[in-house]
Amino acid sequence: MYLADRRGTTAPASAASAPGTGPGRRAAAVPATVLALGAVSLITDVSSEMVSAVLPLYLLTGLGLSPLGFGVLDGINNGVGALVRLVGGHLADRGRGGHKTVAAVGYGLSALCKPLLLLAHTVPVIGAVLAVDRTGKGLRTAPRDAMISLATEPEHRGRAFGVHRAMDTAGALIGPLVAFGVLRLAVDGYDAVFAVSGCVAALGVLVLLLFVPGRARATAPATAAVSLRDAFALLRLPRLRRLTLCAVLLGLTTVSDSFLYLLLQRRLGLSTHLFPLLALGTAAAFLLLAVPLGALADRIGRRLLFLAGHGVLLLAYGLLLGPASGGAVALCVLLLHGAFYACTDGVLAAAAADAAPAEQRGAGLALVGTGQALARFACSLVFGALWSAVGGPSALGWFAGALALCVAGAFLVLREPAGDRAPDPSEMAL
Amino acid sequence: MSFRARLLTLLVAVLLLGSVGAGAVLYAADRSARHEQAQPGGPVVEAGAVSLRTPTGGRELVFRNMAWGPHHDELATVPADRPDGARTASGVQCLRFHAAAGTGVCLQAERGALQDTYRAVILDDQLHELRHFPVDGIPTRARVSPSGHLAAWTVFVSGDSYAGTDFSTRTSVVDTRDWSLQENLETFAVVKDGRPYQAHDVNIWGVTFADDSTFYATLASGGQTYLVHGDLGARTLTTLHQNVECPSLSPDGTRIAYKKRVPGASPDAPWRLYVLDLATMTERATAEQRNIDDQALWSDASTLVYSLPGDFGSDLWTVPADGSGAATRLLSAAVAPAYLG
Repeated sequence: MYLADRRGTTAPASAASAPGTGPGRRAAAVPATVLALGAVSLITDVSSEMVSAVLPLYLLTGLGLSPLGFGVLDGINNGVGALVRLVGGHLADRGRGGHKTVAAVGYGLSALCKPLLLLAHTVPVIGAVLAVDRTGKGLRTAPRDAMISLATEPEHRGRAFGVHRAMDTAGALIGPLVAFGVLRLAVDGYDAVFAVSGCVAALGVLVLLLFVPGRARATAPATAAVSLRDAFALLRLPRLRRLTLCAVLLGLTTVSDSFLYLLLQRRLGLSTHLFPLLALGTAAAFLLLAVPLGALADRIGRRLLFLAGHGVLLLAYGLLLGPASGGAVALCVLLLHGAFYACTDGVLAAAAADAAPAEQRGAGLALVGTGQALARFACSLVFGALWSAVGGPSALGWFAGALALCVAGAFLVLREPAGDRAPDPSEMAL
Repeated sequence: MSFRARLLTLLVAVLLLGSVGAGAVLYAADRSARHEQAQPGGPVVEAGAVSLRTPTGGRELVFRNMAWGPHHDELATVPADRPDGARTASGVQCLRFHAAAGTGVCLQAERGALQDTYRAVILDDQLHELRHFPVDGIPTRARVSPSGHLAAWTVFVSGDSYAGTDFSTRTSVVDTRDWSLQENLETFAVVKDGRPYQAHDVNIWGVTFADDSTFYATLASGGQTYLVHGDLGARTLTTLHQNVECPSLSPDGTRIAYKKRVPGASPDAPWRLYVLDLATMTERATAEQRNIDDQALWSDASTLVYSLPGDFGSDLWTVPADGSGAATRLLSAAVAPAYLG
């Protein structure tokens, strides 16, 4: 856990590791901080996916409510969540308590929401509870990723983020199983699901508090009061600016999961019974590929793999648009879709960590993440409108073309003489 | 804190939180076991033969019995003029149900290894399964056409969004004569305000049949709901009126009872029961002032039946369709009614 205690380039650990050891070298195991944060995410995802899995059932059969009204809220929550992430990243860099405190507040907020669901019985109140839950998620994301990046040697960040994302996804897969297990034991036991979910979430917060090291220095440096303007001034850093630009550009052409599954289901005439399995397939592929592809990113360059990931997504679009059909095609699309996430999700965070100075790591990660999230939100709106106008497959055709252009554009933008394999020490010191 | 101390703290927390979680599960399991015992003062429910034929001994009401006890969730009947009388339970469990002219549609849950699945079962007049259709989500509305030839059902489909709150509906219609199935009414051409209309966010729910070729339903798109007139042969949906959900056509085909989202009402209880005159397109509020989230049923040409939350899930209430009178409770612990005869 000592690795987490270093900050920036001042600690001895980084001096020992940086230039001499080649990036390809097998290093020590993943830092304990990363494993601890992975465990926190795993536990928290078990908790939140338990709720997600039974919420429709609860609303309809438990409360007798029509849940259609939630659609609008969902959109608003997404936008707010992205902005909260910026705030979370900034507060984490600035605050005295550092990343751990902000992350703990974020995890804590979401944990509080689970027992609150026991008391909420009307659509607006449930909507409000879910909004608070989303706020907690927005707050914790950037500081958590900052802690992962700060705890890991720069040349192993891809793998570290891969391990974290794999653990996170494992939690998401376990959650629904636990929820339906509870409902097996207790018919209509939604209150029991929420109570268990709350206990699991509390455990996640506790693991964070106990096993994730906080900021090493007792007091923040005198100059550490980073202002919000400084957070946006991060965009003056060429590498971070270019990365954000590419994340936005590619986010604008990344068709959201639900649209993709809907197209897959319609294209292949799959029974809608299988609909939940589609997301499961993507998650399983993501889970299996996150670590190896994260390690690959460390070897060949994170930005390169990030771009390659979008190439993989393009392949998935192509398969969906192609003439072939059947279960094998569905499997391939899901495998490619999972591989896309494995090539991009943690890898983008690793690349952003390379480009953001340690003092503003949270804000830097949030900037890239928020840019991507807002771009994807905009993409959903445009894709939905285009779907209405020309139909789903044609819309996907247009987006496949646009994605190809954006990948090419991003390739040009991200191309740097030095590459991103060995980070420039002068930039690291920022 | 030393590593050992932290581990110890974690262990204690796991034990504590584990006990709380286990307690909650045990409490809920115990409660669900109590559902198998009749509650004191509840209705008398006895197993017996239930038929969907026009009863010889007077009109009957068939519904899903919500009263606790061994016949929980089963289809049951009571004499229409003695709704407080003993219930005859059929042994057939349904979440939602409707019947007409000896045909029943029963939306059921099937226990799966990981997750419940749902199906729509078409029943003959002896409640024997004629055919079943897997459905893609949690059942909400069911209707049979007056002739008994067509059956429609609506389910909620939840896309797998992260927050789990992204819902849509799917409505299907089957013809029991040749078993042809319209799996998704969203594939019908929509004519809105006289013009063809296309949108990806179209949702259809709550079919009510006029005859064996036309029906009414709710269409939602762009945050608005509409009353649509559907034509099964032409595969079209034509908008007639705004702010209409869960329509229910009167026996004489002249009026539609529906839930209307009332402006200014509390957002957690926005729906009131209204009746629309199709000839004049004028609407009138019923005397029921509470929030209605159900597809009403016409018990005769002038009376509406609908469900409201009750002590044991749901009670059935009744109110005059012309706006007069007051709401009265018809039946406790019951939902999804249909009249036989």
